[in-house]
Order: sequence, then C-alpha cells, then structure tokens
Amino acid sequence: MKSLAELQAIKEKMQGKVALREGSGDKRVVVGMATCGIAAGARPVLNAFVEQVNAAGLTASVTVTQTGCIGICQFEPVVEVFEAGKEKVTYVKMTADKVARIVEEHLKGGKPVAEYTIGYTEL
Amino acid sequence: MKDLSLNLLDIAENSVKAGATLTQLLLTQEGDILTFQVVDDGCGMTEEILRGVTDPFYTTRTTRKVGMGLPLLRMAAEQTGGTMEVESRHRDAHPDNHGTVVTAVFHTDHIDCPPVGDLVATVTTLIQGHPDADFYFRHTTDTVQVELDTRDLRAVLGDVSLAEYEVLQWITGFLQDQYNPQET
Repeated sequence: MKSLAELQAIKEKMQGKVALREGSGDKRVVVGMATCGIAAGARPVLNAFVEQVNAAGLTASVTVTQTGCIGICQFEPVVEVFEAGKEKVTYVKMTADKVARIVEEHLKGGKPVAEYTIGYTEL
Repeated sequence: MKDLSLNLLDIAENSVKAGATLTQLLLTQEGDILTFQVVDDGCGMTEEILRGVTDPFYTTRTTRKVGMGLPLLRMAAEQTGGTMEVESRHRDAHPDNHGTVVTAVFHTDHIDCPPVGDLVATVTTLIQGHPDADFYFRHTTDTVQVELDTRDLRAVLGDVSLAEYEVLQWITGFLQDQYNPQET
C-alpha cells in the first residue's frame, strides 16, 4: 500500500530540485482539455506528454499544461507548443502514439514534426 | 464521451473554471444504481443561466456561457433511464455559500450505460492541470471505498507542487492500491 510516508520522502527529494527549476521552463506544451478535447481523446495525449517529458529528462525546460477550448474543435485533440522567440506550433488530431516523435524531435531536437501540424492537415 | 470518467473530468473542469477552491467528485454504486456527483464551491450560476444550462442550443453567447458538457452528461444518464440535475447558488445572491452541485443517476444494468472508465486517470489529470485547487474524490461500491483528498497531500508536501511527476505517480499508485486491496 502507498503511504503518506512515501509521499513525505518524495517531498524531501523534490525540494532540492524545485529551486533549480525556477525560471527555466522555456518550452510550454498546452493541451486543450475542454469538452471537445476530452471527448476526442485529449486525456491520454496529455498523460503521454507528462510521462514522456519526464522520461526524456526534459522537466527542467518543458512545462506541460492544460487549457480550455482552443476554438478548432474539429481538429481535437489539439496541442500547442510555445517557445520564447519562436512561432507557436499547433499539432492537431493528436493521439498518444504521436507524442513520442514530438518529444524526441521537437521538444528535445528543436525541430517541429511538420506532418502532425495543422498546416499539413486537409482543411 | 466514451465513458463516465471522461464526463467526470469534463464537469470537474467547469468547477475549476468557476474558481472552485474545493471540487468534490463523488461516485456511489448501490446495486444497479450509480450516483455521480460533482460538488464545488465555485462562483455558481445565475438562475437564468441555470435554466438553460442543459439545453445544448441555448446560449446567451457573447463569447460563450455554456457548452456541451452538461447536455452530454444528461444524455448519457437519461439513456440509461436515469436523471441529471443541476443546483447552483450564484455568489452575488449567496456570497457566503455559493457553488454548484451536479448530480447524475445511471442505471448500470441498462445496456446503454457507458463503462465507468479510468477514474484514476481522471483524478490525476485534474490534479496535474490544477495543482493549486483542491479535490476530494470518493468512489464507493459494494466491495471497495476509494478516497483521495488533496488537502491531506498538500499538508505533507508543503511547497512541493502536486503536479510534480513523482507526486502524480504516487497518487496513481495510491488510488490503484485502494481499488485492488488484495494485491498488497
């Protein structure tokens, strides 16, 4: 059984890291989590980002957050990537399977995965 | 919506957007009846908005006031022979006691009743997105009672965010252990 003592241990481990992290998160991954996004399958996409950003050791530079309806419900699940000084990248019709390439090539490598973006999708 | 855990996530997101400091997610299974309730202390709705809130074609839209979430929940409940009700007290009329209660009743023996789905993922998703809001989750069935109160976790964690990956992992395990008590 998980115990609060384990949580206490996590706290002690995290406290040191938090200080290092402040002010550094320069990339922001935003997942649309309104009714349209949730119904289209945004929850597993969000959870895949949270998991894989952590597994790739990118938590210091990448923040994964949620937002409401982005306004293009027919393309949900929609994920936007913001980076200071660069244009926003909008990924559409996302699935959890597509997350690995975005983490590897875009968040880690700095090169957006063009074929998942809204520009490549037939309107 | 594919399952009830997604409806739950959707309705609870409304509570957070309404500024709730505490959102309670309460599921109670008694025999073939599942009661699904979201209780928040957010800003509440005026009577006018409340009247139209379950009608998908109603809007006072300037930008947007209501959406599809409650109509979808109502549909899911009613197609099992169940019901959905919304009670709300707006903060202008009830400054000390405002908030919204959404209650849906499902007949789980009905062929059109959606599966419950992954409630653990719904709870962790809410906490990940809103680490500064509090959530109380309770799922009671004939065999288990699963509970989580983020206020208890916050008391342990202090200034460490509930959205830290390690904390979310712990929450997932904590809930899963309660669903499968015999495995430990």
